[in-house]
Amino acid sequence: MERIGVFVCHCGTNIAGTVDVEKVAEELGKVDGVVYSTHYTYMCSSAGQQMIEDHIKNDKLTGVVLCSCSPRMHEKTFRSCAERAGLNPFKVEVANIREQTSWVMKDMEQATEKAIALGKAAIAKTILDTPLIAGETPMTKRALVIGGGIAGITAALDIADAGFPVDIVEKDYTVGGKMAKLDKTFPTLDCASCIVTPKMTEVSQNPNIRILSASEVCRVSGYIGNFEIDIKRHPRYVDETKCTGCGACIEKCPNKKVPNSFNLGLNNRKAIDIPFAQAVPKVANIDATYCLHMKGLANGKDNVCGFCEKACAAGAIKFDQKEEIITEKYGAIIVATGYNPISLEKFDEYAYNQSPDVVSSLEFERLCNASGPTNGHLLRPSDGKEPKTIVFVQCVGSRCSADSTKGHEYCSKICCMYTAKHAILTRDHYPDTNCYVFYIDVRTPGKLFDEFYRRAVEQYGVHYIKGQVGKVTPQSDGTLDVQGSDLILNKQVHIKADMVVLAASIEADKSARPLATMLTTSMDNNDFFLEAHAKLRPVESPTAGIFLAGCCQGPKDIPETVAQSSGAAAKAICLLVKDKLKNDPCTANPDENACNGCGQCANVCPYGAISYIDKDFRGPNRTTITRHVSQVNSAMCHGCGACTVACPSGAMDLKGFSNKQILAEVDSVL
Amino acid sequence: MIMSENKNWTPKIVAFCCNWCSYAGADLAGNNRLEYPGNVKIIRIPCSCRLNPLFILRAFQRGADGVILCGCHPGDCHYSTGNYFARRRMTLLFSMLDFLGIEKGRTRVEWCSAAEGVRFAGIMNDFVKQITELGECKKLEDVRCKTN
Repeated sequence: MERIGVFVCHCGTNIAGTVDVEKVAEELGKVDGVVYSTHYTYMCSSAGQQMIEDHIKNDKLTGVVLCSCSPRMHEKTFRSCAERAGLNPFKVEVANIREQTSWVMKDMEQATEKAIALGKAAIAKTILDTPLIAGETPMTKRALVIGGGIAGITAALDIADAGFPVDIVEKDYTVGGKMAKLDKTFPTLDCASCIVTPKMTEVSQNPNIRILSASEVCRVSGYIGNFEIDIKRHPRYVDETKCTGCGACIEKCPNKKVPNSFNLGLNNRKAIDIPFAQAVPKVANIDATYCLHMKGLANGKDNVCGFCEKACAAGAIKFDQKEEIITEKYGAIIVATGYNPISLEKFDEYAYNQSPDVVSSLEFERLCNASGPTNGHLLRPSDGKEPKTIVFVQCVGSRCSADSTKGHEYCSKICCMYTAKHAILTRDHYPDTNCYVFYIDVRTPGKLFDEFYRRAVEQYGVHYIKGQVGKVTPQSDGTLDVQGSDLILNKQVHIKADMVVLAASIEADKSARPLATMLTTSMDNNDFFLEAHAKLRPVESPTAGIFLAGCCQGPKDIPETVAQSSGAAAKAICLLVKDKLKNDPCTANPDENACNGCGQCANVCPYGAISYIDKDFRGPNRTTITRHVSQVNSAMCHGCGACTVACPSGAMDLKGFSNKQILAEVDSVL
Repeated sequence: MIMSENKNWTPKIVAFCCNWCSYAGADLAGNNRLEYPGNVKIIRIPCSCRLNPLFILRAFQRGADGVILCGCHPGDCHYSTGNYFARRRMTLLFSMLDFLGIEKGRTRVEWCSAAEGVRFAGIMNDFVKQITELGECKKLEDVRCKTN
């Protein structure tokens, strides 16, 4: 006979404000099998948990039902509480009377009725709960970091520092990400390269870190502790192990007209090139679409050009390099795929496509950067002259209305600050250049942020105009007419500008969505990775063993990215130090006596956890019958339950969510 | 369809929600204090593919007026393919139920992610409205199951 204890939580007034907790406790106390029922202000508090422990012991409870917040919140808390009192943790069920009851309705009578129904369902489920024991699987003590920007670099260094091997998969030819492209960083104005390139070198020198550049994750299987990942290594047509990065090949390459992606196409590179001086790995790469030799090969001629091959003393040029797929095992994965600025092609009103002098903020960053196309001199892309008037436009693609087809609803968070930085740097280097900033709001929460913005206004005389730009029109004299509204003076203004800089909204990288599908992690509506809990688990994804770092989770600045990356690394380390991992015991469980060996369950299993064995059964008259029956590898089973429905003979069931339990819940709520 | 004789009738609705997306979406609806009627009773299942057609039949047998299954968006299933199985199974089941006299409007499959609290509350409000319009469902109800 089951002896169930029911504990109803008030959650302060969160539940008790809408649900009559006394009545819930009283009604549930009358249900068959319930021997004790009570209510308390905060069940999750230490006093509340102590109370549960005491009653498990004193009342010899065989099951515990909590009527409280979502099981996604505190199921684990209460299960370990039960375990401390000697009760199997899987004999605890939680009825969600907060998130799905008291918080979604105002009528007390209805809320109480619903809470009782959910409580009854939880009791019915608990009665049918079988004690479960978690098995163990070994842990692969190695981490994968996807993305080699400042987020990935930080996480990889932290994990490597703890003594675990780490692989960084970077789709570009060099690590460093967006930060390597930046000139200065707000609010301290220290040079981005000076702080990120030593980190990049550290990564390349750390014996625990392997950098897989020009690579992408193309298949994911396995689970926490034992992920198996296929990594596609794109050809760079240069042998990474031989190239010394001397640059002799680049000097000899005759094709100078290849758009330089590192400088966002603002200038050209050679067909063979190294992204930038401090690139890691410092290895050349050939752009196959522009290389004369490779174009020749495609047309059946093998004698075209080939100067780089002749120039390379190390013999590193490999025109026949092929795409390669390597398979590796990892215990934990950190996703750090970063962001991209929104494509400005859609924003016709700002004339981005019509004038080279309308640039994005990231392009402006390259124009200010000493390693950029203008060697750090701020020059107009159109005629190479110094601009005398620059207009900065904020929120391009950010903070749009919900029905906007062009932009996003969210704030990109960093634009106000980097625009203030751009304006300060411009005014500092070119004091006779006027800077105007059109803004909706100036948002500067952060250490020394508002002081920085005020310096732009008060010390550097940057003109801030509250209002939005309606139209940018290129003029015949090469200037740009910027038409906007000044909401404070309540009038339309026209500014004759030499350059317009658009603060393009931050977007999740395009690779994020397909990656999330492979990793079976969740995303939010804006294709940012979803964290396991918005407040309490901000660096974990809802999928166990996968952690999040940087802008792939939402727009953020460099210090926040670094902080989150270290957090994600710490979480990964907590995992990697374990020798064994406890499995979720809620796995599929076939009844051998009912199984007819048809194979339906194995067909639908996404994890290949089901196999068949020939087993001897006792037949009539002391005979032995050998039957083909299904067998579940509980270490591989994730407990989705697809097989339970596919089974035509009803032999397959799921521990923790058995057919009987769900039916009992259905009966109880109706 | 049998119209309700009971003036105090309110629909009884069972919502099966997958643990990873929809149940979390339902929690988010609560976190954001988005209202939907109390007659929606949510049952947590690990994945939409765990939903055995029997559970739906049992719900109607026990007097449910509508049953809704919520899972992750196609392509986003925590178990990769679970919601595809659910989608196919439910398509077959719902056409069979329609044949038995449980109108198509009483059964529904919706995809709702963990980030879509607003969508979850919207779906539930809409579904309750729809079931209220359809009225009481007694086609499969088994009176022997009545406990009181």
